[in-house]
Amino acid sequence: MREIQSSQITEVVAELCQCANYELPEDVVEALRRSREAATSQVARTVLDQLLENARLARDEHIPYCQDTGLAVVFVELGQDVHLVGEDIYTAINGGVRQGYEEGYLRPSVVADPLDRATNTGDNTPAIVHLRMVPGEEIKLHLAAKGGGSENMSALWMLTPTDGAEGIVEAIVGRIQEAGGKPCPPLILGVGLGGNFEKAALLAKEALLRPLGQPNDDPQLAELEQRILAAVNATGVGPMGLGGGETALAVHLLSYPCHLASLPVALNVQCHAARHQSVTI
Amino acid sequence: MPSESEARQIRLPLTADVIVQLRAGDSVRLSGAIYTARDAAHQRLISALEAGQQLPIDLAGSVIYYCGPTPAPSERVIGAAGPTTSSRMDTFAPRLYAAGVQATIGKGQRALQVRQACRKHGCLYLIATGGAGALLSLFITQAQVVGYADLGPEAIRKLTVAEFPVLVGYDAHGGSIFAGDEDLD
Ligand code: SF4
Repeated sequence: MREIQSSQITEVVAELCQCANYELPEDVVEALRRSREAATSQVARTVLDQLLENARLARDEHIPYCQDTGLAVVFVELGQDVHLVGEDIYTAINGGVRQGYEEGYLRPSVVADPLDRATNTGDNTPAIVHLRMVPGEEIKLHLAAKGGGSENMSALWMLTPTDGAEGIVEAIVGRIQEAGGKPCPPLILGVGLGGNFEKAALLAKEALLRPLGQPNDDPQLAELEQRILAAVNATGVGPMGLGGGETALAVHLLSYPCHLASLPVALNVQCHAARHQSVTI
Repeated sequence: MPSESEARQIRLPLTADVIVQLRAGDSVRLSGAIYTARDAAHQRLISALEAGQQLPIDLAGSVIYYCGPTPAPSERVIGAAGPTTSSRMDTFAPRLYAAGVQATIGKGQRALQVRQACRKHGCLYLIATGGAGALLSLFITQAQVVGYADLGPEAIRKLTVAEFPVLVGYDAHGGSIFAGDEDLD
């Protein structure tokens, strides 16, 4: 049994919120660079140059990478031998989001009521927290500052089992074509396969946490990732929907067993502002 | 898109003779005053227009930027300030073009009715690079809240921009920069 003070979680989350918004992870920057070299039109090259310059400015001049500094999504792997002292874990995380967004001059982007939208919570809380118990006495926190524009283009389908891989590719390609430049391509696509209605969506989001371009461990699923990526890039949507380059930098897929009557498929669309940070306490 | 050197410099306000020369895909640098407004501000502007009430800004000849910036630290004019998805303002845009707005700035494709409205009223839809909030903020030299302050990041701000980089998305002749868009008519 290990004791961890809840204030430590608050501090760490505050730091992650700022870090995520000012420092685009190196794997994403690298993918943008590679994409810039592969671009075939001047407009695509210009857009990708702007994004690379934007990442540099965010880090060096300390300006948030994007004005949509995201909804804070926190995946927690809580060691079952941890005894948390102080506040409950949700309060501790939200305290960190509040502190991180305020001190970091990040935009409060949360309205208290989805219908009556008059009240902004003012501090970007509440965060979306996904908690999982794991063996051990550590706490692992992954934070994603997830933008609304790309999240809006996400989708979930309850396909027919016999639709198979082809049905999955078709659904995803259709959605990306429809989305065009709206979600700020080049994109990273999180795909959740199987489980049920809510599990598929969660898998899709979780898949985005993987280091960019790292394939699924299962060779068959890795092949499906490549197939989806090739099909999405064949749409010609391109950077900002202007063609001349890649629509997606990577496809990350996670799967889970499911009911014999179902084939749930979720697509979580991530823009180039793939702001993820992790830490282990 | 033409390289930087080929970008056309435009002083705001836009005039009809400049608008008519621009074509979808043209690279443009804007200098002058523009106003930010996004979802909530649009709803209020439209309600006020319908009710015949006075608006916080003069729409005639104006440029509307779909943007909700991050808070500015004391040493800066504004925080990150890139465009938001334009399609969410599609239902409002034709009404605002009819009321005198000359151009809107945002990101992504829009409904057909917006392209039609641009042609009908001789207006433009301009696009800025989505997600380049840090970079675009450097082209903003002044910012001031001028309406609906209670909306926080969604308040209307008057921005002074200097050589703000945009592309012509929809021109006044029905043309579109987006490959999938079919011809009007
Ligand atoms: S979709 Fe992403 S990059 Fe585009 S504005 Fe939203 S958060 Fe920023």
